[in-house]
Amino acid sequence: MTETVLIQLAGIILFLPLLGFIVTLLLGKKIKLIYNFENAIIIIAFSLSVVLAFIKLSYYPQNTVVGEFQWINLGNLPVLGPVSIDLGIMVDNIAALMIIVVSLISMLVHIFSIAYMKGDKRYNRYFAYLGIFTFSMNGIVFTHNILMMYIFWELVGLSSYLLIGFWYEKKSASDAGKKAFIVNRVGDLGMFSGILILFYTYHTFTFDKIFQQIGMGHIPFNSEFWLTVTGILIFCGAIGKSAQFPLHVWLPDAMEGPTPVSALIHAATMVAAGVYLVIRVFPILSGGALFFIAIIGALSAFIPATIALTQNDIKKVLAYSTISQLGYMILSLGVGAYSFAFFHLITHAFFKALLFLGSGSVIHAMHHEQDIRKMGGLRKKMPITYATFLIASLAISGIPLTSGFLSKDGILAGTFAFGSLTGNWFFAAVGFLVALLTAFYMFRLVILTFHGEPRDKEKYDHAHESPFVMAMPLVVLAALSIFIWYTPNPFNPEQGPLLSQWIKAPVIYTPQDARYPFMRSDAAPKELGQTAQANNEEVVFSETYTEAMHNAHVPAMLLSLFVAGLGLLFAFLFYQWKKLNPDKLAEKIKPLYNLSLNKWYFDEIYDATFVALTLGISRLFAWIDAHIIDGIVDGSASLTRYISSFSGKFDNVVVDGLVNSTAYFSGFVGLVFRRIQTGKVQTYIVLVVFSLVIILFLFKSF
Amino acid sequence: MENFPILSFITFLPVVGMLIILFIPKTQETVIKSLTLLVTGIQVIAALIILHGFNYSLGGINDPSSFQFIEKFKWIDITGFSWIGRIKVDYFLGIDGLSVTMVLLTAIVTFIATLSSWNISKSIKGYFLMFLLLDTGMMGVFVALDFFLFYIFWELMLLPMYFLIGIWGGPRREYAAIKFFLYTLLGSVFILLVMIGLYFSSTETLADGSKIFTFNMLSMMDVHNFTANGILSPLNPNNLRLIAYIALFVGFAIKIPMFPFHTWLPDAHVEAPTAISVILAGVLLKMGTYGILRVCYPIFPDITIKLVWFIALFGLINIIYGALCAMAQKDFKKLIAYSSVSHMGFVLLGMASLNTIGISGAILQMFNHGTITAMLFLTVGVIYDRAHTRGLDDFGGLATQMPIYAGFTTLAFFAAIGLPGLSGFVSEAFVFLGAFGSGSIRTLAVIGTLGILLGAGYMLWTMQRVFLGSLKEKWNKLPDLDFREYAMLIPLSLIVIFLGVYPSAMLNLMNASVNHMVKFMMDAKTVYGSLIGF
Repeated sequence: MTETVLIQLAGIILFLPLLGFIVTLLLGKKIKLIYNFENAIIIIAFSLSVVLAFIKLSYYPQNTVVGEFQWINLGNLPVLGPVSIDLGIMVDNIAALMIIVVSLISMLVHIFSIAYMKGDKRYNRYFAYLGIFTFSMNGIVFTHNILMMYIFWELVGLSSYLLIGFWYEKKSASDAGKKAFIVNRVGDLGMFSGILILFYTYHTFTFDKIFQQIGMGHIPFNSEFWLTVTGILIFCGAIGKSAQFPLHVWLPDAMEGPTPVSALIHAATMVAAGVYLVIRVFPILSGGALFFIAIIGALSAFIPATIALTQNDIKKVLAYSTISQLGYMILSLGVGAYSFAFFHLITHAFFKALLFLGSGSVIHAMHHEQDIRKMGGLRKKMPITYATFLIASLAISGIPLTSGFLSKDGILAGTFAFGSLTGNWFFAAVGFLVALLTAFYMFRLVILTFHGEPRDKEKYDHAHESPFVMAMPLVVLAALSIFIWYTPNPFNPEQGPLLSQWIKAPVIYTPQDARYPFMRSDAAPKELGQTAQANNEEVVFSETYTEAMHNAHVPAMLLSLFVAGLGLLFAFLFYQWKKLNPDKLAEKIKPLYNLSLNKWYFDEIYDATFVALTLGISRLFAWIDAHIIDGIVDGSASLTRYISSFSGKFDNVVVDGLVNSTAYFSGFVGLVFRRIQTGKVQTYIVLVVFSLVIILFLFKSF
Repeated sequence: MENFPILSFITFLPVVGMLIILFIPKTQETVIKSLTLLVTGIQVIAALIILHGFNYSLGGINDPSSFQFIEKFKWIDITGFSWIGRIKVDYFLGIDGLSVTMVLLTAIVTFIATLSSWNISKSIKGYFLMFLLLDTGMMGVFVALDFFLFYIFWELMLLPMYFLIGIWGGPRREYAAIKFFLYTLLGSVFILLVMIGLYFSSTETLADGSKIFTFNMLSMMDVHNFTANGILSPLNPNNLRLIAYIALFVGFAIKIPMFPFHTWLPDAHVEAPTAISVILAGVLLKMGTYGILRVCYPIFPDITIKLVWFIALFGLINIIYGALCAMAQKDFKKLIAYSSVSHMGFVLLGMASLNTIGISGAILQMFNHGTITAMLFLTVGVIYDRAHTRGLDDFGGLATQMPIYAGFTTLAFFAAIGLPGLSGFVSEAFVFLGAFGSGSIRTLAVIGTLGILLGAGYMLWTMQRVFLGSLKEKWNKLPDLDFREYAMLIPLSLIVIFLGVYPSAMLNLMNASVNHMVKFMMDAKTVYGSLIGF
């Protein structure tokens, strides 16, 4: 077995869903059952992903396998020399793990959708769109260069647009699709600018080549400031795609799409692509850029968590929770807990997909009712949905024995470690506060939906457990939300192969001065520092930091258990046992309540500023164009006409007048002389004789 | 085949077709249409033959020996012409990597436009006569290497266009036609003046060693061919060269159209029949940018280098201003017209970079915009034929009624907003990569990326207003695409996808020429510098 097999496998996994898309789209009208083709393709792609990951992780855990080809060759350019643009596939451990997550969830969502979307008039089209999404997402996973990342980045944007607006007859759905695409493009502009800087500096898009050059001290515009700017600009792409503050506004609206789509795209995979991007470029992020990333992550974890507290739409709660969890991952990267960010990406993908599919199951059963105030008591009617939803809720709240406990705890330990290394405890404080809020709003959701008495009797009576194809994915995902897949010890994730062997802290290439102080080579304890210089940077980064993480592990775990328990307790006090009254509390803190209920007024503010401004300027410009610029053109034409009519008049009256008056004069003369032209010969003879006499008389003197 | 004058063939074939049509009675409408289709079809084949025989490694631009398919004959030769001496004009055709892309584009777009002309009903014979004449004019512009000949083709295309808009256009066709005509004529006057100025400033050496004034563009590109006291000679210390450059540039810029000379375009588009809009946006606009690259750049490299920042600035204004104006339009066709203004701005921005990536991007954008905008105007035509309105607010929900039509339009829209995988992305990306790589216009390039955002804004909004939402009652009988419309949209779609996935097909074609031009522009600095202390 050779490494090329991996590349070939990856290539097949990448392009299979594209084939599914094309076939399903083109034949969708003619063949009713064509969606099965797409489903079969996805199942094959998943199987191959398992094979790929197995080969990669067991035979080549240390290698990064790359296969590339020349896409564009610009030849030998003046000044720059030879320039070519390569595209290619890179299979490292991160990609191998990620592709399993993506294709597994994609497959489960496909299967779930068979029942969920039944009866939709664009049934086949729906599966075709899922196909192009999977294709684009796989491209992001496998790319070995930032250009291809951007290409597939935009393509997932397209599939997201198509799927959010799938029920485009509804204005809200088509609005949401448009909003998602445009808001994402705002972030993409930043990312694109970052790519411009990278290409300008390195004349290549390939990650590895860029890293090497930065490692050799070649940085954009020879300035660490610009290295930081570049990092932040690239990160802008992640702000858009992962719906981070301040571009998070599109994700809650994206819930207009079918619920399985929300599970696949807007919870588990595409929105995690932002995190994946940061993971990919992590080795060249400077300390400044990482700090910026941490701040954005912290804000994105906190603000949506506060909003989720008061939302009543089951999917909106989950949407805000998704932003908040993605914020965790981004925060984790920002403080340097690289491995746990990716770990949380994986665990979150499973339990959040489960939560969305579970909510889809509920919505399906409740005949498209999404308001949790009208639910309640569903536990008895839908035991499988309830049980799996509960497991996912425990996982996201960070309760032991779940996967979420492991990964979230790691992130919290990371913020703790960051605090102990730098003295900046802000991120740790935010992290724990959000953990509290998460446990609270998740159990508020669980209790209102599944516990207590049904509040809408009629809908409740019609509710039923979902069919097998919908229940099966829930069970699989619930199983994956348990710790056992990741580590044998439910309190220490690092005993599993995932963190001990597969996910490695990356080699850092940024210049020493540009890093966080604790990531510098000389920041390591003395005995470590020597090995660091002897070996490589990886040791320094992970050892110094890992030590701090280890110290943080136990206190962080205890504290996180405490806050999660507290959140849970309050959720039960408010909604289950009704010891406390949420409405009274809301009355007391009315302004805060309203702020949360109205999502901090982001949409209103953006509508009143950016949207209104752009539309205003566009109308102004259109007016200027029609009236002033074109006015000048038309005006100059009118002026010409005016001048020409003036010159015409002048011509008529003066110039032609002169000509005419000559003519008139001649005419007048003619008129006079005409009188003597009588036509009678006698008269003429008389005149001739008379004239002769006069002439003779005149010449007589000579 | 070696010596077959294929450039003359591809250029004058429409005139032959025209002469035949003259003798066909005007009641034989199908014959006239079919003949035109045949002629344009043969043109496509001829263009493919040219492509097949094209040598990718030859540069062209200013070097006569590396132009291909050259045809050069003595055309006009008058000796002893009082004080001027001898007037000699050559019939000089030839192509390089820059023009071959445009020849291909012209052939394809004209063929598609012929199909689109099928439902013209008013005086068909006259229409196709004009159409073919226009075809010759356009093709001639892209293959002529003698300035005099170039100018004749340039003017030749003007008159049929005037009639095509003025007779077969919409309600305000006469206003639009005369606006187009006068505006373009104004540009032509500038070009004519500069051409005459250049004629009296540059010479070519004949076989017998004598030097005479020349219209040969390639001779004008060699600084040594200028006479010491020629009015536009770089050796002449007056500032006329700068003024001449600006005049020439404006002459071409009107055609692009560059802000603030663009207002003829929306009117012309709105009034012109669909096929003519397709030609107008698909080919005619490119003549402006082509002229700048073919004439302004190599003949005035010294001035070009000084003015690139302004070229980029106007490119940026086109991008942003065009996009914002498009956003405010309520007429589907006018919106697409303004989007052309915006997209042609990318071409200006790219060519201002003066590096290979940027100029390649600009030329690629010319080609891609030609195909994408042709698609956009065709899709507008499809709906206008059926609904007899283009008001964006009149529609809604058409995706339900006409799903295939909606599919093609979606493809065109996303190509226009630079979705990767479709051709528009590569050219826009190259324009920005190139412009960013050129230090002086870097900031402008970064601001220009806003155009990508605005483009997504107005295109998706249009998409929503026309295709999404619930279907209006009155449109529930509109039929989806027919065979002829498939025949127009499928080839263009395939090109758009193909060049998105494999842009090298086009980039390799122009690569040698672009590199040669960049080299030439860089060398110009030293060449002109040593000559005049530049």
